[in-house]
Parts: sequence; structure tokens; C-alpha cells
Amino acid sequence: MFFRDRDWHPAAYTPGYKTSMTRAPHRALVAMGSTLSEETGPAFGHSMIGELDNNLVMNFTGQPAIGERIIMHGRVLDENGRGVPGVLVEMWQANAGGRYRHKKDGYLAPLDPNFGGCGRTLTGPDGSYEFLTVRPGAYPWPNHVNNWRPMHIHWSIFGSGFGQRLITQNYFQGDPLIDLCPIVNTIGKQEAIDVLVAALDMNRAIPMDCLAYKFDIVLRGRRQSFFENRKEGM
Amino acid sequence: MVQRLDYLKETPSQTAGPYVHIGLVPNALGNPGIYPEDLGRSPILPGAKGEPITLTGRVIDGAGMILRDALFESWQADAAGIYPGNDPRGTADPKVTGWARVAADFDSGIWRLDTIKPGRVPFPDGRLMAPHIAVWLVARGINLGLQTRIYFEDEAEANAQCPVLARIEHVERRATLLARKTGPGAYEIDFRLQGEGETVFFDM
Repeated sequence: MFFRDRDWHPAAYTPGYKTSMTRAPHRALVAMGSTLSEETGPAFGHSMIGELDNNLVMNFTGQPAIGERIIMHGRVLDENGRGVPGVLVEMWQANAGGRYRHKKDGYLAPLDPNFGGCGRTLTGPDGSYEFLTVRPGAYPWPNHVNNWRPMHIHWSIFGSGFGQRLITQNYFQGDPLIDLCPIVNTIGKQEAIDVLVAALDMNRAIPMDCLAYKFDIVLRGRRQSFFENRKEGM
Repeated sequence: MVQRLDYLKETPSQTAGPYVHIGLVPNALGNPGIYPEDLGRSPILPGAKGEPITLTGRVIDGAGMILRDALFESWQADAAGIYPGNDPRGTADPKVTGWARVAADFDSGIWRLDTIKPGRVPFPDGRLMAPHIAVWLVARGINLGLQTRIYFEDEAEANAQCPVLARIEHVERRATLLARKTGPGAYEIDFRLQGEGETVFFDM
């Protein structure tokens, strides 16, 4: 498996995001090539995916959620640029007012009785995925006294190996809160932040129905194992 | 000039945040009605071959606080050391799915994993690794999922031969990966994110 570029990912210890200060390991990671334990991983089948699992507008009560209707779509690729088919994509988010359906969220914005806030799907043969949802609202959080998270959706993606496992968040084109967010800014490179910003995609919008945003997700690449399998090559 | 390496960059990670349960274990959170059941409730089905074991523990931060919002996933081989799914060496015990999603208890912070002890799996050069369970840990404040492993203190001989444990230069830190046996089939291990007794985390 390709090595992770840890200068591209956020560092563990990022004081601007206060919770990281006590949850970041102080010792260096122990580095080595991946083994079968990282190259293999769980597989998921269509039998476990319900018909409305990727429709957050309707999947909670069957009545439509309130908010800006959007399609979130894109492809799951690996670093070789190949679509990754048949992998599980899960996502969760706040409602249009920035309130999560979670017992620990005490924000004063109300819950939407028809919005649960989670979805899942399997990628198609070309690695593509699609969700219908409402655009989540920004919300305040206790970090510095006046920090607000930009609008975002959380994403959890499986590859074909456990070592590809990734959780991330997408942001939305044009949101002025992106630049101000300490969690976004745990990422040191602007170029890396930019790839988390989903672009407005008018080609996928449905007139008089919903807008669309495109968000591609790239997992660690896998290399050919020819030399690795040759014992004399060690 | 040289040829361009046209690789894409991996999507940068972001923290799972405090509300990761909404997406990954909604039923355990108390949000029923979307999925019939949460994924990864158990890595085994009834009848799985091998020694049944129960692992429990906590995730502890650098200030000694027990995390109530941590979640990890585990991935393991069957009792013969074969991984389910896409292991090139063969087919695993059909009663072993290998993967589990484990959330800390919202009140106590204690997590629990009921499984079977995995068999030994070869390192790329053919040497056997000691029995272990791969762990990927996320939570609020963790920017990139932490990779670690659970080994077993009562596998001393296999542990002594494990090429991965051998890579841990600070020998005394290897013990942070060993689950302590507390009774028949019962093991305990805490993940310490930072400071004294800090768990070994891998880049692999």
C-alpha cells in the first residue's frame, strides 16, 4: 500500500484545535510497510443497504426534511486514479439549522422531526456514489469563544484494505467560515484544504428540485505486490 | 525535466468529531429507525472456531481523562490466521467476519469486544506475526485515525518472534500493546493517547 503523506494530512498536535492537545500522541509513530492485516479488510454487500439509505431527506420518517435540497455525489478513487467499486461510504451531518440528532448536542437550534442525519451507500462499478440530503447549517462550538464550524458533512470510507480506512469532512464552495475554522486549519497546506471543498455542480442539479455538489474522495493507493512476494527480494 | 508522476493525493483526514455515533452507530446512540441494525456489532457469528475471548478497556487522554466519545474499529483473522474476504491465501472460517465497530460507553467510557483469539498471520517476508487484532481509533480531537494493535500477554513466545513488535525500538513500550489476562478468556487493555504509558501507534 502507498505510504501516507503525513505532511499532507493534519498533524496530531494542533493547538488551534484545543481538544487535540491532550489527544495527540507525543511519541513518534512506529513506521513500517503494511502487512496482510492492513492489506485485507471487511467487505460489504448490497443486501445490507436499504432503499432509502442514501436519501437523508426521506430516510428518517418518510416525510421530507426541511432545508436546502442537495445532491452530494462524486467518486471514490485511489491514488492511482482508479475508481474503487463496491466500497461502503457512510456520512452524517447536522440539520439545516446546524443541530445534530445526538444526545450530547445542546445547541438551541431545533431538531427537525423528519431529519435523522445519516446515510450510507456502496460505490458503483466506477467508484461513484450519490446522496440526496439537505445542506447542513453552520454551528457554534466551544473552542475559542466564538468559533463556528463551516457547513460540513462527515464522511467515513472503507477501501478494500483496513489500512485505507479514512474519516474526513467536506465543506461547501464559497463558505466564508472555511478559512476561519481551527479544524479545517489543522491541515497545513491550502492545496490540501481545497480538495475538501465540494464544488457546486450545476450539471447534476435537477431543475425545480435540488442543487448538486461534487465531492471526490481519494483513498491510499495499492501497489503491485510482485517484488514483495519474492522472498529473495527482501 | 522528468516525467510527471500523475498520482492523486489521498483525501486529507479530518477528525470524526464528537457526534461520530450518528453516522456509524445510530442505534447504539438511540437514533433507531434509519438502519435496522448498526454495522460491525460483532466480528464473529455463533459457531466461530477458536477460543472465545472478551476484551475490555478504556481510551485515556494525556490528562488522565477517560474518553466517552471514542470509537474504534477492529480487524482480525480467524483462529487459523486467515482473513475473511480478500485474503490471497485462502478462505476464512465463514463464521468469522473479522470486523467490529466498538464505541466507548457514553457514561463509563468502558468499551467491550467479544470475539475469538486470532491465529498467527505472516509478515510479508514469511515470518509469523504474533496473534493480534488491528485497531483504528477515532474521536473528537484526533485529526487522523490512530492505528494500533492488540496483542496478548499470554502469547509470550509468539510475541518474542513478532517482526512488528520487534520494530518497536523502545523495548519497554511493547507492553503497551499487550492485553492483560484477567480471567479465563478475559483480557483488559487501555489505549493511552498521550504521556506516561502512551500506547504505541503505527504508521503502516
